[in-house]
Amino acid sequence: MSDGKYFSTTKRGEIHELKEELRSLDRPKKKDAVKKVIAAMTVGKDVSMLFPDVVNCMQTDDLELKKLVYLYLINYAKTQPDLAIMAVNTFVKDSQDPNPLIRALAVRTMGCIRVDKITEYLCDPLQRCLKDDDPYVRKTAAICVAKLYDINPELVEDRGFLDMLREMLSDANPMVVANALAALQEIQELAGSGGKDLLQMTSQTLNKLLAALNECTEWGQVFILDSLAAYDTRDPRDAEKIAERVLPRLQHVNSAVVLSAVKVILRCMDVVALGPGGGEETIKGWSKKMAPPLVTLLASEPEVQYVALRNINLIVQRRPAVLANEVKVFFCKYNDPLYVKMEKLEIMIRLASDKNIDQVLLELKEYAQEVDVDFVRKSVRAIGRCAVALEKATERCINVLLELIQTKVSYVVQEAIIVIKDIFRRYPNQYESIIATLCDNLDSLDEPEAKSSMVWIIGEYAERIDNADELLEAFLETFPEETAMVQLQLLTATVKLFLKKPTESAQKMISAVLSCATNETDNPDLRDRAYIYWRLLSTDPEAAKDVVLAEKPVIADDSSTLDPSLLEQLVSRYLATVAAVYHRPPETFVSRQRMAVTRAEELGSRKFEEDDGATPGTMVSDNNAAAAAGAAAAAAATTVGDLLDLSDASPVPLPPAAAAAATASLATRGLDDLLGGLDLGGSMVPSSIPHVHPAAAAAAAADPFAALANPSPAPTPLGISPAALSQLPVLLANPGGVSVQGRLVRQGGQAVYQLALRNDTLAPVDGLMIQTNRNSFGLSPVSQVLAVSAPGGGAIPPGGLAPVRVPLLVDPSKVTPPPLNTGLQVALRTNQVGVLYFNDTVPLSALTEETGTMEAADFLAAWKALPPEASTRLPLAVPSAEVAKQRLAAANLFVLAHRQVPATGQDAIYATCRITAGGVGQVLLELKFVAGAGGVDVSVKAERQDVAQLVFDGLPAVLLGAA
Amino acid sequence: MAISAIFFLDIKGRIIIFRDYRGDVSPKYAEKFMSKINEMEEAGKLSPVIYDDGVTYLYLQVANLYLLAVTRTNVNACSTLVFLHRVVDVFRHYFQELEEESLRDNFVIVYELLDEVMDFGYPQFTEAKILAEYIKTDAYKMEATVKPPMAVTNAVSWRMEGIRHKKNEVFLDVVESVNLLVSSTGQVVLSEVVGVLKMRAYLSGMPECKLGLNDKVLFESQGRTSKQKAVELEDIKFHQCVRLARFENDRTISFIPPDGAFDLMTYRISQNIKPLIMVECSVEKPSRSRTEYLVKARSQFKERSQANTVEIMLPLPADAISPTMKCTQGSAAYVPEKSALVWTIKSFPGGKEYSLRCHFGLPSVEAEDEGKGKMPPIKVKFEIPFFTVSGVQVRYLKVIEKSGYQALPWVRYITTSGNYEIRMV
Repeated sequence: MSDGKYFSTTKRGEIHELKEELRSLDRPKKKDAVKKVIAAMTVGKDVSMLFPDVVNCMQTDDLELKKLVYLYLINYAKTQPDLAIMAVNTFVKDSQDPNPLIRALAVRTMGCIRVDKITEYLCDPLQRCLKDDDPYVRKTAAICVAKLYDINPELVEDRGFLDMLREMLSDANPMVVANALAALQEIQELAGSGGKDLLQMTSQTLNKLLAALNECTEWGQVFILDSLAAYDTRDPRDAEKIAERVLPRLQHVNSAVVLSAVKVILRCMDVVALGPGGGEETIKGWSKKMAPPLVTLLASEPEVQYVALRNINLIVQRRPAVLANEVKVFFCKYNDPLYVKMEKLEIMIRLASDKNIDQVLLELKEYAQEVDVDFVRKSVRAIGRCAVALEKATERCINVLLELIQTKVSYVVQEAIIVIKDIFRRYPNQYESIIATLCDNLDSLDEPEAKSSMVWIIGEYAERIDNADELLEAFLETFPEETAMVQLQLLTATVKLFLKKPTESAQKMISAVLSCATNETDNPDLRDRAYIYWRLLSTDPEAAKDVVLAEKPVIADDSSTLDPSLLEQLVSRYLATVAAVYHRPPETFVSRQRMAVTRAEELGSRKFEEDDGATPGTMVSDNNAAAAAGAAAAAAATTVGDLLDLSDASPVPLPPAAAAAATASLATRGLDDLLGGLDLGGSMVPSSIPHVHPAAAAAAAADPFAALANPSPAPTPLGISPAALSQLPVLLANPGGVSVQGRLVRQGGQAVYQLALRNDTLAPVDGLMIQTNRNSFGLSPVSQVLAVSAPGGGAIPPGGLAPVRVPLLVDPSKVTPPPLNTGLQVALRTNQVGVLYFNDTVPLSALTEETGTMEAADFLAAWKALPPEASTRLPLAVPSAEVAKQRLAAANLFVLAHRQVPATGQDAIYATCRITAGGVGQVLLELKFVAGAGGVDVSVKAERQDVAQLVFDGLPAVLLGAA
Repeated sequence: MAISAIFFLDIKGRIIIFRDYRGDVSPKYAEKFMSKINEMEEAGKLSPVIYDDGVTYLYLQVANLYLLAVTRTNVNACSTLVFLHRVVDVFRHYFQELEEESLRDNFVIVYELLDEVMDFGYPQFTEAKILAEYIKTDAYKMEATVKPPMAVTNAVSWRMEGIRHKKNEVFLDVVESVNLLVSSTGQVVLSEVVGVLKMRAYLSGMPECKLGLNDKVLFESQGRTSKQKAVELEDIKFHQCVRLARFENDRTISFIPPDGAFDLMTYRISQNIKPLIMVECSVEKPSRSRTEYLVKARSQFKERSQANTVEIMLPLPADAISPTMKCTQGSAAYVPEKSALVWTIKSFPGGKEYSLRCHFGLPSVEAEDEGKGKMPPIKVKFEIPFFTVSGVQVRYLKVIEKSGYQALPWVRYITTSGNYEIRMV
């Protein structure tokens, strides 16, 4: 019997008719009506107005009908939260049904109905089902705990569901164990900075998981293996035990089980390597066992193959020995999808060695003659990359390239010329004999990259090419129409030609090019470079020679090499996941972080948009951008090395927040490029730019609050009098709404937010939750729920001002990558006015630790050992060195020595502090008070270079006693 | 950590049916999917895992459908894609064909299944045969007392209890397929044998099975130096019913089989083997518009074996004109839509050589630049019964059940061509 017919009813008055049918007493008719409703829902029609009628059909013993009604509920309960409560009774009843299928169905569905009001009613049935006799019900209930946590984390904690989940890890049924584990991991991830280790992995739990691994379904095995990879052990014996138990999984038919098992074993290898003797034998043995299963992954479905290949690429970088002898299996099959072929090529290049290069080259040559243009291009590039990587094979690679050039296929020739340029850079003065062949193929060049490569070759070897001037002249004819890349290259090449062969025609060319590049172009890069050349040539041609024809550094093939720390993370933590497919850390693409933030965004999205026209995703993606900026900077650094890339000033598209940082880096990068173009080498590195201190000025404004430092007689939870409370710095002003005042201080060994919330709305405000965005120090609230001590008991009455103390802890997983940034984004959620966002800066005094002092002798030693200090002058008026010492001490900046510089009579103070948050480490300071002028010279030394700015920004507030 | 929703889209990217598991990726994203993959394809960057606007899409294309999983988290990509393939298997088991019509015609079952195979974005249970025990296609036969089979959560999740067969029989097919890549110079670039032990078990109760092969590692560990030839199997993969820990310990293959047909194990052997059927094709061009192929096919296995239904596919240029051919054995035909010549030989005994000659014309005006790429490789298909390349043999298959019945094992051997390519000159 086909259900397809239910899709065909599209007549008018349909809804009304359906309503009638749903109310019908005739059971088959009723069921048909529900099917029609679901069919309508499936094609995207809105049938939410039938909610009461559909819910009325819920009480039935027809399982199929029940499932359909439940499905409807999941879809529409959100839009009808008040009516959803109608369903609760049936749910509760069904959760006690004698049939386990129905019990499980009820619990599974209730968890999917994301309506706050229902969740309370969910707790009792859930508690029962977690203890159900039937494992099918228990495994469903375990997942339901994770669902509930997503909606209401406090409820889950209050009801002790987390403990119950942990107990379930010892359940006799392997499927229940696996699901409980999945739920715990999900909650762990959501809770993130809660810092609590929910799994509390003991050797006992570990044994249970390893036992369950042998018995549970393939998916359960994946959950368990993934959590084993996350298990942080330092004990090589532990690691060996785990790996031995996991090794048999490599024989599993499911590719996901295999890849997750590989991840666990790779992780164990890292640990074993720390053990005695570096665990060499063990690692060798495991590697040998791992290779065949990895090869077999290539026989799976193409999509799975693709994921496997992206992962193998990482494994090959991290543990080259594993697949060193297997290059053949990565040869492309004619019918492989393009995405598989491209990945296989990458791995072939990595595995190419002196031993197998002949075979690899034969293959690459074969591919270079196939039909697909992208694949052909990449194959030609691959030959070039092999040449750059393997010195002994270069000549063979070049011969293959020359053969390919003979095919006269335009894109093959162009691609070959591009890589030959790289080979020339890598092995200067060795293979120039082939230039003649290249020059025969100038006509086929029409792509900018190929053109500029050829132009570079002509310029670089002008003295060996008899007709170099003619060739260049031919290119110069089209100078004004060329892309910037080619223009820049033509300019440099002409200068080189002129310096090497100062003939008459060269002179003519150079003046034509210079005048064209300076007068007739809008491109500042081109113009500036032309001016520099011009000036160089006109003032001192000999110096110009030294500069332009200087020796260039040797290049290496690093076009797709990952940063070692990222690589390690991807291999032993994220293998098989999306991160390992993208070759990027998860922070850069995961758009769902913690529940509170997501939910907050959902609730507050409207307001947020009105406020500053940004989309709700901004807060999170900004973060990602910061991480991406790091990656972009790294990318920039690699391109700078390549001379021919210097004209590629068009920035990588960056998300908005990174833009600012990127602009700065681009500016310097542009400069580097320019100088690189002049072949200056390292001789003219720009001197460092002086530091500017907006914070110093700002600190003066903050001064009035210094008065708050003295606790007043009537203490609030913050230890501040109500009067002082209202004088806390304003973080968010919201007349007619909820305003936030507060500051970050250090109390009892941790950073604490002293907040005062003012409710200027006309109704009480409750349901307060707080969350911080990822930041340089990983600061994150201990509890998201704000304990408001207002007369209203948890609610702030209209017109009320409620003090709140929010202890913050340091969550390493929330630390953003360098450079340090004192900015802190905070989201505050309320039930009434949605989500509020505000920005604050983290003061130095909130970070410095109470135990951060050191011995004076150690200080001296450290001062010598650390990299050179960064210094600046802060324009501050400090009453005396003694006052300064007191204030420093109050902020946990420990003064170790104080002396007067005999010559100038200046006071010099030596102090130290330690900041663990964000991995800042020990910081050493020297402060010299400039007599009379009222300034302070500060020198900072620390392991990390970006720490100095942090101190410069934070010190004024400390010295002025604002903290 | 988990998938947010699963969508079935038609070939134009319209949603046919979907199940939202977590409510954080709206169907709007699925609607954008098609334009995104078109964009990626144009850039030559298409892959099965793509990222757009905070959402990761993992997908497969099956017939005229896209099966798409979306997420905002760092899910296990491998597990997700394998899972999608399993979902396809489950649906095929239920509806035979997985296509737009079968989804619509069975939308109620589709929803039920989607509810069962995944919960909150975590894969749960994808064993089609067991699912069929409690999610029935024929709605009217459904009784309210259906319970989840023990198997769903049991350690033996692939077999129901209380199965009865009149005759207790096991059929075991050892199927080896040969993957081969020969370069245009006639050298073997890559050769590998992928073996599958396909079992059809019709056994009552909960039978314990034990399988013995001439496994070299096992023989060596037992210190056995029998005259029987032992085979070194690389990377063995087992059906989930086989106890992996036991195999790791003493190489015993022991299991409780599922009922009916399944693949018990697969293995791979990558030693160099001589091409079983070698094809050489020499191309002559007497004039610019005439081309002649001289093709020789040679069987390189023992004379007592015989290859059946041999099919040799020879690529021709797309613009070949009126090819004519003549062969010493079998028949040959031009298949224009594949731009190929298909030479079929019904039976091809070992140690023989046959040849084929083919003439065709080419247009006198050469197409510009296009199709300058190389010709696709020659492909060969064949089957050789009663023969394994590797020499794998089943030494015994023991079946023990507590009721004590005698089961009859039947074993067959066959070698077939896998990805068998010989590059053109």
